[in-house]
Amino acid sequence: MEAVYLTFVLMLSIYLGFELISKVPSTLHTPLMSGSNAISGITMVGAVVAAGMDASPLANWLGAIAVANGAINVVGGYLVTDRMLAMFKKKVAK
Amino acid sequence: MDMEIFINLTYVVASVLFIIGLKMLAHPDSARRGNIISGVGMLIAIIVTLLERQVVSYEYIIWGTIVGSIIGAVAAYRVSMTSMPEMVGLFNGAGGLASLLVGWAALYMTGNSTFTSFTIFLSILIGGVTFTGSVVAWAKLAEVMPGGAIVFGAQRLVNALILIGIFVSGALVTMDPSLNSPQFYVLVALSLVLGVMAVIPIGGADMPVVISLLNSYSGLAACAAGFAINNNVLIVAGALVGASGIILTQIMCKAMNRSLGHVLFSGFGAVKTASKIEGEVRPVSAEDAYLILEAASSVTFVPGYGMAVAQAQHAVRELGELLAKNGADVTYAIHPVAGRMPGHMNVLLAEANVPYDQLVEMDDINPRIDSIDVAVVIGANDVVNPAARTDENSPIYGMPIINVDKARTVFVLKRSMASGFSGVDNPLFFGENTRMLFGDAKESISRLVSQFKH
Repeated sequence: MEAVYLTFVLMLSIYLGFELISKVPSTLHTPLMSGSNAISGITMVGAVVAAGMDASPLANWLGAIAVANGAINVVGGYLVTDRMLAMFKKKVAK
Repeated sequence: MDMEIFINLTYVVASVLFIIGLKMLAHPDSARRGNIISGVGMLIAIIVTLLERQVVSYEYIIWGTIVGSIIGAVAAYRVSMTSMPEMVGLFNGAGGLASLLVGWAALYMTGNSTFTSFTIFLSILIGGVTFTGSVVAWAKLAEVMPGGAIVFGAQRLVNALILIGIFVSGALVTMDPSLNSPQFYVLVALSLVLGVMAVIPIGGADMPVVISLLNSYSGLAACAAGFAINNNVLIVAGALVGASGIILTQIMCKAMNRSLGHVLFSGFGAVKTASKIEGEVRPVSAEDAYLILEAASSVTFVPGYGMAVAQAQHAVRELGELLAKNGADVTYAIHPVAGRMPGHMNVLLAEANVPYDQLVEMDDINPRIDSIDVAVVIGANDVVNPAARTDENSPIYGMPIINVDKARTVFVLKRSMASGFSGVDNPLFFGENTRMLFGDAKESISRLVSQFKH
């Protein structure tokens, strides 16, 4: 049942993703990509569990490396997106 | 309240924040706040995970977070806008590697069902492909390795063998997810090799497609990792990213009039016999170009990757401002695949302080291009090549282009008469209304700017 339930969540999310993204104008495609890329760093949540769980040290090490990579993805992704979006300005009336 | 329920409710909140954040990204006015909202969602999702019952020690988490955050932050602040595609490629790769490792570590969790083992296999496969694929894409973009398509005779056979190997080892791992089994290591190794093999046959001009596709993969990898550790927020967020990457991939493919399959499996056919173009090139001096621009009432700039290479965007913006002051209607027409990633030109122009309401899309400019007095092509080639409309033998035939050849006058800024990235001759250069302004794009523009200031 678990598998069915998770697949259900997956399907709805994919549909929602299509709906949301197709409305983004091409001007913002680079920030969209780096911003959504940052969201894919969500895998860090899994990495945190792996790094902190009570298992063999090897699993924790794998988790720690995963946490580090996830953090690169998350922190770098959000910051660089913010840096880009800060540059998009409307014409100022002079 | 039960901790488990609290954590999962927080994940729901995080998912909602991701969705709101993505929705706000649809408009330049709200995009920045949207990104921050999505970042808050990420932060609470990570913090609440620390309360997870399974999490018993924190040293590994803390060290990993510190190291990763510092690397990510430094990279994000130091990267130039020109090398944004490389940066996004590397961040993608980091995400992919994280998903691979989460899948690996999930093998250590007890009581995995066959379905869970199957998703562990998927998360290792997709994560591995994303990781090495992104690294190769980065190497090509950063010109650490040759940017062209690498194709060899038995490529398809080799790839087929790799795929068979992956499915066999994957099936074995799924049925018997024991640690340290040889099939497990074979699976990891082959997934990594597949990522390399998937990206090397793709040429530099197709990089926007690859970057978009890898972006999608990194989301799907997170999704698979979510299945593997039974976590909803990974599935929701991963699916959103997966969908976004796929949409961008489709847009890129459409803008090049190629199917995704064609991009992925055939090196770009620069060797095809395009009709030989002969004609006379009409060069123009900066002085004469200035006189024409000065008299123009509408000017549109068409930038390409060459503008980024020459770092000409600031000079272009200055020229644009002077033209606007002179009474001309100034726009920047941007082709969907101009640059090395979707929207790359827009970011470069935004960096140079070009207001985003002057940036227009191909489909907006083409219907009115014949009323434009001067179209200035800066470092773009294939995206303005009329052979795409007229020459059925051209490798880019059928690709939608910005029809600058229909503008009253076209200036093409070009270093010399070499052909573009895809190695295709461009009849635009020989057009009746085309004037070639030879030299470094930045210098040429600066010369025009100083003419205006006199």
